[in-house]
Amino acid sequence: MSDHELRVSKIRDGTVLDHLPGGSALNVLAMLDIDGSEGTGVSVAMNVPSERLGTKDVVKVEERELSQAEVDVLSLIAPRATVNIVREYEVREKKQAERPETVSGVLACPNRSCITNDEEPVETRFDVLDDGVRCGYCEEIIREGIADHLDVT
Amino acid sequence: MRQDHLVAAGQLSRADVERVLDRAAEFDAALSAGGREALPARYPETVLALCFYEPSTRTKMSFETAMKRLGGQTVDMGGVDASSVSKGESLADTVRVIEGYADGLVLRHPREGAAKMAAEFVDAPVINAGDGAGQHPTQTLLDLYTIREAAGLDDLTIGIVGDLKYGRTVHSLATMLTEFDTRMHFVSPESLRLPRSVRFDLHEAGAELREHTDLDAVLPDLDVLYVTRIQRERFPDENEYEKVAGEFQIDAETLEAAKDDLTVMHPLPRVDEIDAGIDDTDHANYFEQAHNGVPVRMALLDLLFQNNE
Repeated sequence: MSDHELRVSKIRDGTVLDHLPGGSALNVLAMLDIDGSEGTGVSVAMNVPSERLGTKDVVKVEERELSQAEVDVLSLIAPRATVNIVREYEVREKKQAERPETVSGVLACPNRSCITNDEEPVETRFDVLDDGVRCGYCEEIIREGIADHLDVT
Repeated sequence: MRQDHLVAAGQLSRADVERVLDRAAEFDAALSAGGREALPARYPETVLALCFYEPSTRTKMSFETAMKRLGGQTVDMGGVDASSVSKGESLADTVRVIEGYADGLVLRHPREGAAKMAAEFVDAPVINAGDGAGQHPTQTLLDLYTIREAAGLDDLTIGIVGDLKYGRTVHSLATMLTEFDTRMHFVSPESLRLPRSVRFDLHEAGAELREHTDLDAVLPDLDVLYVTRIQRERFPDENEYEKVAGEFQIDAETLEAAKDDLTVMHPLPRVDEIDAGIDDTDHANYFEQAHNGVPVRMALLDLLFQNNE
């Protein structure tokens, strides 16, 4: 994004998530369990022009550096996301979202008969496949619309 | 066999299966030769807990018989209405409590993945006796024992018919058959075809399989015809059930096109899928199949408890 297109100002310390699919920013925030209640700055730009993606979303999270594991979870809904760690207004580290082997506590199983949808003291766990995810308990496979199954409760 | 729990068919290798079936054959022979007296009481101090959250006749009674034939004892949670489950106790809590009373747990539950979750909360072996529309691996072991006795497990052409979507015995059987040289034909209404997860596993295992909506085309090729009940209780919508109920009914006329030595199996209970007129023919193997539940479950318990001694 060129400077004249910048819709939100640079951040001093934190994480910039770029190249998120257009319209996915709120799901990304939900996935990262960021709801603004921490009191730190969160900036969201949605559906801004992108050469690579047509349109994209950008999220800037102040005073929080995302770990590689957190970034990897994003690959489920934002496979081309780029992540910049910013310190003192400068990009100090770049991370690429890579597909993790499993994701825990991020998705709710769409199978209503899955044990994880009962009142049990267990976190959901999904194995990540090449083209989807698979419930580690009931084996249900989700290929389309993974973001629809984010467990944001 | 190095297994702490048995929750899904995919855990077992061909060698594991053959070990269970070989041991089952020994128990079968001993039971046939002299009944209970012919068997030493191998596990006089062992208590097996029966935790059935859904109705069961064959699975529950054959596990109970198997444990007693091995010299052990059983404790029964009783029906869900009579237990703490009716007070809202979680499965995780229930199995942790029962583990304090017993050396192993047999669990049937209406939710898929229940046995897998339960196994994460206890050290005692958990045996999945059916988890919703998921898996039923011990049924598969007795199915394989029956197939081995009747037709052999290699160079086998099997047709699996009926409710392939909700049929947990089908899911476990199909998965375990990938360990053998088997050609699988799946016959069902379109709405009851194999779930995506099972098809995924079969393709990953390189299985030779075909899906059909009509039995006639494949019947003449089959060595084994495995018939299943359309499970009314699993349908979210009664109208959907009515659309497919009675779709496949096997009678003497149906079997005219079959090989003379076709083996017909059914995990039972049946409703109207197999006409009673077939019961007395050489094709019928479903009552033998049910009887095999005892020696096969004896073998499984023997191997699981041996590991934990």
